[in-house]
Amino acid sequence: MKKVLSTPIKDEDIAAIRVGDVVYLDGYLVTCRDVGHRRLIELGRELPVDLAGLAIFHAGPIVAKDGDGWKMISIGPTTSMRMERFEEEFIERTGVKLIVGKGGMGPRTAAACRKHKALHAVFPGGCAVLAATEVEEIERVEWQDLGMPEALWVSRVKAFGPLIISIDTEGNNLFETNKAVFNAKKGPIIDRICQQVRFIK
Amino acid sequence: MDKHEAKRSLTDIMARFTSYAGKRLPTDVLGRLAALRQGEESKLSRVVFDSMFENLAAADNLDRPCCQDTGVIQYFVKAGAGFPLLGELREVLTEAVRRATREAPLRHNAVETFVEKNTGDNTGLRVPWIDWEIVPGDAVEIEVYMAGGGCSLPGAAKVLMPSAGYEGVVQFVFDVVTSYGVNACPPLLVGVGVSTSVETAARLSKLALFRPIGSRNPDPRAAEMEKLLEDGLNEVGIGPQGLSGNCSVMGVHIENSARHPSTIGVGVSTGCWAHRRGSIRIAPDCASYEILSHKEAVL
Repeated sequence: MKKVLSTPIKDEDIAAIRVGDVVYLDGYLVTCRDVGHRRLIELGRELPVDLAGLAIFHAGPIVAKDGDGWKMISIGPTTSMRMERFEEEFIERTGVKLIVGKGGMGPRTAAACRKHKALHAVFPGGCAVLAATEVEEIERVEWQDLGMPEALWVSRVKAFGPLIISIDTEGNNLFETNKAVFNAKKGPIIDRICQQVRFIK
Repeated sequence: MDKHEAKRSLTDIMARFTSYAGKRLPTDVLGRLAALRQGEESKLSRVVFDSMFENLAAADNLDRPCCQDTGVIQYFVKAGAGFPLLGELREVLTEAVRRATREAPLRHNAVETFVEKNTGDNTGLRVPWIDWEIVPGDAVEIEVYMAGGGCSLPGAAKVLMPSAGYEGVVQFVFDVVTSYGVNACPPLLVGVGVSTSVETAARLSKLALFRPIGSRNPDPRAAEMEKLLEDGLNEVGIGPQGLSGNCSVMGVHIENSARHPSTIGVGVSTGCWAHRRGSIRIAPDCASYEILSHKEAVL
């Protein structure tokens, strides 16, 4: 059975979810990436969307005008690590409960997820049409002055996923664990290859 | 056909081909992804590969860009010296980008630097980026490439001292792929340039990404090194989306030049699994063309 989270997400909804679990989302998902984070944290501007209990998506979509509204054409995750500098404070200030993106995030985000009970999850990168078909409606858009990729697109989603949990509310960090494994493996492999590429004699 | 009509025809072909390349992956990439999918066993690897193929089918059916990040459009042109519209090609490709942006539609990805404003039509100062090579003949071969920000981020180049040897090249490739590469949507295609300086190595590393997957460098030692790097990186087991698995790369391609005796320039470029490359050969009449990258493609 699919594990589905619904917004507003409460602490108890996500307490038992662990890294490597696969979940889906019903409810509100708001895009927020580089400049959105910078405006709140560094420039001190108030976010035009109340994110308490909601989910954000590190993503810059392709949208098309659809009558008076907008239609989601293609929306996939962007590299979450770019937001690492801001995310700890972002979680604290907004009360966001689920951060969806691509690749891992660092120790400061993991600490904030533990302290404020939030999750980071990966939507498979490059799967942007799949994600767009899981968006029911774009309800509104804020900060359109930032252009299509950076604006805050407020979407209502249904069974949005797969979302692979990469940081849980205990602060476990799947990518940090994986990276340690990759780094441990790579040394001996490099040594072996180096023996075979001594072309300068 | 007069020059005006030829220009219109060429713009039309390139606008449609640019849109096409943003929606469907080349035949060789699809083949390699299918093979890598077979080799994966873990639950998360399978979840990711299933999503990838589901997504490609949806993009094809709905005729939409398969990844939302359609990049800053780049064209790598092999222009026959006798191609009749050589002087008009920049204008033609710029207009093709504007049209593809509206019609595909593509994401608005050109931000003017220093002004820091998105131009809204994917054109801007020196953008679309055009790389030129003049070759004998009167046809033109154009490679359109859309790299998202994610797989552009790992790009790196460095000049090594000769004492570092090819061992230094191996180390550099591994360092780039196992750090930034993890977040760049693996399994990656890795391009390596071996040359003299940063810009020559970097350019060659990019050109390496346009070689068909499975092809080998004509030099036996370079070919051997491609294979060693490919197998070695796969052994690290980065897996689809960096979630660990049996693969890390779709391939490693090396492009090289003669070098200065005092330096070894090394460059690394990475292409994500959604490697949106398209190559098209256009005849001097600017109306007939052959698509080289996508089997049975219809524009």
